[in-house]
Amino acid sequence: MSLITIVGGIELGLIFSILSLGLYIAFRILDLPDLTVDGSFVTGLAISGVLAQQNHPYLGILMAVIGGSLAGIVTGLLHTKLKIQAILAGILTMTALYSINLIIMDEKPTVMFFGQKTIFSFFTGMFFVNGIDISKGLLLIIINILIVALMIYFLNTKIGLSLRATGDNEVMVRSSSINTDMMKIIGFGLTNALVALSAAIYVQYNQQGSYTVGNGMLVLSLASIIIGEALIGNKTILRNLIAIVLGSIVYRLALTYSFQMGLPSSYLKLFSALIVVFAIFLPQLKSIYQNYRKRVNHVRGQ
Amino acid sequence: MLEVNKVNVIFNPGTIHEKHALKDIDFVLNDGDFVTIIGSNGAGKSTLFNALSGSVEVSSGMIKNDGQIITYLKDYKRARFIGRLFQDPFQGTAPNLSIIQNLGLAYSRGKKQSLALAISRKDRQYFYDILKRLGLGLEQRMDTPVRLLSGGQRQALTLLMATIVTPSLLLLDEHTAALDPKTSIQIMELTEKIVKENNITTMMITHDIEDAFKYGNKTFVMNNGKIVFVLEGESRKSMKIEDVMKLYSTYNIALSDVNVLKQ
Repeated sequence: MSLITIVGGIELGLIFSILSLGLYIAFRILDLPDLTVDGSFVTGLAISGVLAQQNHPYLGILMAVIGGSLAGIVTGLLHTKLKIQAILAGILTMTALYSINLIIMDEKPTVMFFGQKTIFSFFTGMFFVNGIDISKGLLLIIINILIVALMIYFLNTKIGLSLRATGDNEVMVRSSSINTDMMKIIGFGLTNALVALSAAIYVQYNQQGSYTVGNGMLVLSLASIIIGEALIGNKTILRNLIAIVLGSIVYRLALTYSFQMGLPSSYLKLFSALIVVFAIFLPQLKSIYQNYRKRVNHVRGQ
Repeated sequence: MLEVNKVNVIFNPGTIHEKHALKDIDFVLNDGDFVTIIGSNGAGKSTLFNALSGSVEVSSGMIKNDGQIITYLKDYKRARFIGRLFQDPFQGTAPNLSIIQNLGLAYSRGKKQSLALAISRKDRQYFYDILKRLGLGLEQRMDTPVRLLSGGQRQALTLLMATIVTPSLLLLDEHTAALDPKTSIQIMELTEKIVKENNITTMMITHDIEDAFKYGNKTFVMNNGKIVFVLEGESRKSMKIEDVMKLYSTYNIALSDVNVLKQ
C-alpha cells in the first residue's frame, strides 16, 4: 500500500468514525437498533451536497445535522408514542426518507460540485508529509477529538446520565421521575444528527455523492464499532469512544488493502455483514469450546 | 395525607379474561402512617401498589395525595413524590452505572433535566456521608458498577435512592423477600430507621406475618381484591400468628404457600 492510499484510508476512517460514534448512542447506550441510519446518512449527504453546490458548505453541514436529528426524532416518536418496535420504526423512517432525500436532491440520483468551496478548501495544502497533503486528515482528527470530548461531557450531565440509565434499567429510570420516552427520542435524535454530520463531511470530502450510498451503512458502522471494541475494549466510555474511532480507521484500512489486493469492491457489504455475524458468534464459540474441553477432561478423569 | 376513594381496577373488561383486581378500595392514611399489607397471592396487593404508583391505570375511583388528585397522573411524574421498592433487587438500580451515578439520578428526582454535570463535588461529599451512615462500607466503593454488588447491598442502595429526596409516600413491595434472613433483618431495620427519621408515609407488602405486626402502626388484610380487615391500635398489638390464621380460616381466605409454611 502506498502512503497516499494509507492517508486516504485513514481520512475515510475518520469520517465514518463519526457515524459509528452516533450509532454508539442508539446501539450501545440505549440498546436500541436504529435503522434510520441508512436513510439519514443520505439525508445528511443530500443537504450538505446541495448547499455546497450553491456555495454554502458550512451552512450545509449545519442544516445536515438538523435534518438528521429531525429524522431521528421521527423514529423516536414512532417508537415511543405509537409503540412501534424500534427496528420497524427505523425502517419506516428510512423508507420515507428515500422520497425526501430525492426531493432534496431535486430528483437527481447524484450531486456533484467539483472545484467548488467545501469545508476542506481552507485546510488544503497546509501540512505535508513526504509530499502528501495531510491537512484534511488533521482537520478530521480535530473534529473527532471535539466530538469525543463533547460526548464524554454530555454523557456525564444529568440528561446524559438519564440516557445511559434508560438503556440500562428503564423501570428504575421511570421511578426516578424521568420521562424515558423523552430520553429515547433525544437518543435517536443525537444518533442521527451525528450520522448526518458524518455524511455531510463525506460528501464534501468527495465533492460528489450518490443517493444509493446509504444502503448498509448501519452494518458497516456496526462492524467498525465491533472491531474497535475487540481491539481496545470498552471498559470506560472514553476508552469505548476511542476504540470506535480507531476501529473505524482499522476497518477502512483493511478494506483499502483488500481492494488493492484485487478484491472487487462489490464484496464490501458482504464482508461487513460477515464481520458483524462473526463478532456476535465469537463469544458463543468460546463457551462452546470451553464446555467441550470441560467434558473431554471430565471423561479423561482429570 | 393519602386518600384512596372507591378505587376499582378491572383488567381486560368485557372479555372472558376479565379480572376485577381491585374492588372499591377505600382508605385514608395520615402523614407518618406505616401500613403493612398481608394477603394471599392474587389478593390485589401488588395491583394496589401499581395503581398508587401509576403503572396501572385505575378503572374508576380517585387517588389523592397531599390534597392533589393524582388518579391519572403519569407514573414518572408521580415518582417525584412516590418512592417504590420491588422484591427483585435488580429492578431498582441501573446495573452498569456506578453507585454514585445511581444516587445522582435519584437525587435529581423532580428537578429539571439539564446539561449541567450530573454529580458535583458537593454532591459527592453528600453521597459519601449518607452511604457511610448505611454502615455497609459502600462509601469506599462509590465508583463501582452496581452490578457487582450483592442483592442486599443493592436493596439497601435502592432504599437510599427511594428516600434520598424524601417521598411523601413509600411503597415497599416485599422488598426483603429475595434476601437471606440475616440481610433481610438488616434491611428491615434500616427501612424502619429511615422511615421514622423522615416521618414518611409508608405501605409495605409482606408475606412474613411476624414482620407485618412487628413493624408499622396499621395492617391491612387483603383478599380477592378487597381490604377485608384493618387492624390497628390495641387489637393489632395483641395479634398473634394463630389469631391471623383463625381470621383467615373464618373468612375462608385462601392461604398462600408462604403462610402455610410459616406454621
